[in-house]
Amino acid sequence: MGEIRLEKVHKAFGTTVVIPEIDLEIADNEFVVFVGPSGCGKSTLLRLIAGLEDTTSGRILIDGEDMTARAPAKRGLSMVFQSYALYPHMSVYNNIAFPLKMAGADKSVIEEKVRNAARILNLTDYLDRRPGQLSGGQRQRVAIGRAIVREPKAFLFDEPLSNLDAALRGAMRLEISELHHQLHTTMIYVTHDQIEAMTMADKIVVLNAGRIEQVGSPLELYRSPRNLFVAGFIGSPRMNFVQGPEAEKLGAATIGVRPEHLELSTGDGYWKGKVGVAEHLGSDTFLHVDVDGLGQVTARADGEIGLRHGETVFLTPIRERVHRFDDKGEAFS
Amino acid sequence: MATLQTRASARLMMTPAVVLLLLWMAVPLAMTLYFSMLRYNLLMPGMEEWAGFLNYRFFLTDPAFFAGLLNTLLLVGGVLAISVGGGILMALLLDQPFFGQGLVRLMVIAPFFVMPTVSALVWKNMLMHPVNGLFAWLARTFGLQPVDWFGQAPLFSIVMIVSWQWLPFATLILLTALQSLDSEQKEAAEMDGAGALSRFIYIVLPHMARAITVVVLIETIFLLSVFAEILVTTNGGPGVQTTTVTYLVYVQALLQFDVGGASAGGIVAVVLANIVAIFLVRLIGKNLD
Repeated sequence: MGEIRLEKVHKAFGTTVVIPEIDLEIADNEFVVFVGPSGCGKSTLLRLIAGLEDTTSGRILIDGEDMTARAPAKRGLSMVFQSYALYPHMSVYNNIAFPLKMAGADKSVIEEKVRNAARILNLTDYLDRRPGQLSGGQRQRVAIGRAIVREPKAFLFDEPLSNLDAALRGAMRLEISELHHQLHTTMIYVTHDQIEAMTMADKIVVLNAGRIEQVGSPLELYRSPRNLFVAGFIGSPRMNFVQGPEAEKLGAATIGVRPEHLELSTGDGYWKGKVGVAEHLGSDTFLHVDVDGLGQVTARADGEIGLRHGETVFLTPIRERVHRFDDKGEAFS
Repeated sequence: MATLQTRASARLMMTPAVVLLLLWMAVPLAMTLYFSMLRYNLLMPGMEEWAGFLNYRFFLTDPAFFAGLLNTLLLVGGVLAISVGGGILMALLLDQPFFGQGLVRLMVIAPFFVMPTVSALVWKNMLMHPVNGLFAWLARTFGLQPVDWFGQAPLFSIVMIVSWQWLPFATLILLTALQSLDSEQKEAAEMDGAGALSRFIYIVLPHMARAITVVVLIETIFLLSVFAEILVTTNGGPGVQTTTVTYLVYVQALLQFDVGGASAGGIVAVVLANIVAIFLVRLIGKNLD
């Protein structure tokens, strides 16, 4: 079990309000990702749930029980920190065993659980090493191992992959997703990387300046972002925003078109422009096109497209994939 | 990595300093060794003659030597225990956020800047004096018999004075070690269910181990040569109760004018200091892996 509910949670440091007021429900066995730009309060929110920060007002319920004033260790949650926070003077074995030792578990029980966690995480060969002798990915796994052995109601991850290189990050993303399927435990994951959010989450919570902008499944957020912020944050490369006469033609203050929803043609189309930089990724090509009267627009094209710098190209937005926003930045259709 | 040529020129440029330091150390040591083999008393100038190991025999069989050895160990051990133990507690206190933290931290280091002679005199005349001292006044206020510190517990009194001087040093080094502890590690331990005491034992103390070894090493080097505090307060007395090996060498040379005996004592002190140093270096080597 691991159902978490936040009721009117408010947090301020002195006069600085970090989280104005948040209501949120996280169902059991759900993988929830808090995503937002740096300083949006996502880490603070996670620390509030963990109990490492006190709420200024509001309630935090875990499995229906009010945990607002409970000590972190008593909430039944485990956390994986950004810096991993491994204990450098202890072996991997002792690191993983530490929470069990603190809980006063039997030596034989500790041994069994640590071996089991090590097996799940492929750490069996490294149990005698110190954290300093491990690579980044292995350290990450030790941190996860330390979280698993407590058999918590929910896992909290605070930007756990931000210290890894790109290839390893991709691999660990898969491992954490796989772990979620194996353990059937609620996971709350904080990141500023929307790709991590999109690939791992059952439910994404987009935060901006301490407010929840939108909650939904990755595809919901992609298909129908509620406002300009979510539209710009979810999806890579970013959605193109167009203001002025072109938007007014569709009765909106701003329209948004994703790069993948623009059709390209060399002969004829809606908007005419000149190709600037072309980023060839192999599978795709991202063209940064200077459209007359609109400025720069990003378009996704086939990987093998033969357009070069300075050539003329025509872009046509797919009408039903155009997002319209009013003058307050809210989406409407 | 340096190239062969830069290494050669580096050696060449370092040579004068190394040679100077070597002479600086070797010449006095050789002279002391030579004097320790002479019958050399300042009251009988011009009567020096070869004495072999006689000076060593006299120094090592002097009952004051064993008393001095014990006193030295008690003094060093006592001050180390108080300053490291107290330093850890002080560092933990100063690490807490409180009003006026910066000023308090600055003032805590102050005793370290007071020269040993002055601080010993302040303690002797203003704090521990059995008639005029603050402690005596406190005792009388509560209707107790004032303690004659240097008469009843002379070595303990000196340990107190020296500890007072070295506590700030230990506090400062341990405080910086404490502040370099990653806060996420403490939080992780908190999430793992470790209480304040467990966090201290399993996380904070191992983190400070290195700093503690450094404090022990540096303090030991200086504490083996404590002298001014003894000279100013007890003069090694009553009897030989506060005579350390260092002080005994002084007594031999400048009170008994026995340069030969004092030199032998000096060599013995050097050997003892080296034995301590070997232990410490091995201890540190283990801690600094």
